Amino acid sequence: MKLLTHNMLTSHVKGVMKGYPLLIKATEVKVNEVEFNPQFVSRMIPKLEWTAFVQAADGLGQLNDLPNELVPDYEKNEEFLRKVHRVLLEVEVLEGCLQCPESGREFPISRGVPNMLLNEDET
Amino acid sequence: MALHCSRACRQYLLHLAQDNVEFRLPEIKALLSLRGQPFCSTEDFQERSPFWLLKSLSEADVRSIMTRTVCAKSVFELWGHGRTHPELQSSLEKYPAEDMAPFLQQDSTYKINVYTFNKTLEFKDRIQKIDDMEYLPFQGKVDLKNPHHIFCLLEDYGTDPNNIPDEPFYVYFGRWIADGQRELIRSHSVKKRHFIGNTSMDAGLSFIMANHARVRGHDVVFDPFVGTGSLLVACSHYGAYVCGTDIDYNTIHGIGKASRKNQKWRGPDENIRANLRQYGLERFYLDVLVSDASKAIWRKGPLFDAILTDPPYGIRESTRRTGSQKEIIRPPEDYGGDSHVPVSMAYHLSDIFSDLLNFAARYLVMGGRLVYWLPIYRPEYREETVPLHPCLRLVSNCEQTLSSHTSRRLITMEKTKELEDSDVMSLLQDSGYSPYQGHNAFREKYFSGITKRSGKDEGKMQTKEDD
Repeated sequence: MKLLTHNMLTSHVKGVMKGYPLLIKATEVKVNEVEFNPQFVSRMIPKLEWTAFVQAADGLGQLNDLPNELVPDYEKNEEFLRKVHRVLLEVEVLEGCLQCPESGREFPISRGVPNMLLNEDET
Repeated sequence: MALHCSRACRQYLLHLAQDNVEFRLPEIKALLSLRGQPFCSTEDFQERSPFWLLKSLSEADVRSIMTRTVCAKSVFELWGHGRTHPELQSSLEKYPAEDMAPFLQQDSTYKINVYTFNKTLEFKDRIQKIDDMEYLPFQGKVDLKNPHHIFCLLEDYGTDPNNIPDEPFYVYFGRWIADGQRELIRSHSVKKRHFIGNTSMDAGLSFIMANHARVRGHDVVFDPFVGTGSLLVACSHYGAYVCGTDIDYNTIHGIGKASRKNQKWRGPDENIRANLRQYGLERFYLDVLVSDASKAIWRKGPLFDAILTDPPYGIRESTRRTGSQKEIIRPPEDYGGDSHVPVSMAYHLSDIFSDLLNFAARYLVMGGRLVYWLPIYRPEYREETVPLHPCLRLVSNCEQTLSSHTSRRLITMEKTKELEDSDVMSLLQDSGYSPYQGHNAFREKYFSGITKRSGKDEGKMQTKEDD
């Protein structure tokens, strides 16, 4: 699971009011090199929940000097875009789980794939 | 019209393949709209013809279409046309000499191809046809291998293979500009795909879907019923970043029984990521997740530029799901048994569609497109059968016939307004789409002809209507 995906996911456990962001509990993290595409990264940045993004990166020890506040004019700042690119697309959680911040329900991640299924009584 | 054929009213001749005929116009329209251009043809335009005339476009516009289309074979700058060869000649003589001249120079090389639709000509007849066009002021030398310019005489002998006329119904002459992407159908064939399933989408239709959806570079595309990811392969080919979900743990992880004839179990690296890698597109892989498409696992917002999907109708996928559990390989330890929802749990077709349309209304960017397949029981099909949504405009609806009484329709919708609570309410009141309401009823009708059900079974079908 990439952190771009994590940034878009939320808990859907029944009755949960604040299911975002999911807490990442990783047991195996890998950094896979992905071709840098500044246009794509620039497009994604305004769609991100920046605080959740930075927290997730920090939690995995992959903060990569990302600032707490989004820098202005990031489109022209290649150094910054490369940092975001790395955290957004190259860092991957292979094993572990995602935890709902409110209910504590865990969604397992195995071989890089989160399993978001719930039992009938949980939805 | 031919009186003042200046650059402004230059025409292009599009030569189209005669398969997936209904899908061609929406594809070309979608690709034109990516260039901000409307589709503009002549008054006698015939959608089912293999030849279309396009007006009010630049060469850059038509070149751009050809970098994407899998429906069109080639495009030509039209120099002349007519019902007969003498008509073609007088039409060619009216084409401005200054527009021809750059391609007829003494120091250039050229060749002329002869293409006949619905007729095969002998070599000597082809040569004769080229010789008959000596009235054209070619100055350059013929070079069959590497010419600077390629011209083409195209003859249309109609569409009836049992009644081929001696003389063509219509003839065209033009300068070849570009070929389309038909080659993708072969190079991306599922026969050679690393990871496939029982219902993997045909390569040509996958590219058509990506074109109908106007998938572009740097987009994020989502498939909520991703299966083996055929649609994602096509979208990533056009430079989109792709993600998907599927409720089937075994499919997502690429474990269990193989879909290939001579292979019993899936190999170790059979997954969607490997499929993208096969075509050098792994950089566009975002993620796939095990999830139920009807559940809200995404935070609210316009997350996706396009949503493409082939929802499960319990029709072609059913065999593996309802079969004996013993046949399916035991899931591994990390299967998370307690978080497992039975795959075969009833998911009414009407719910699949209302969920899908609501999902698209919620998560698409404004102007983003939803493209999906709708199964059709043909005797009962009416235009109203196609589900509508207050936030989505119906763009196109193309039928692919499967049997005398069944088909599927490729539905393309575009988001035109943000979803509000009142929209969800109005849909709830509308409560589903009648033909799909009784999930099993539809399925039984769908199968009624294929399996040649007895009268007794037909009766059973009636009683199931309201389950």
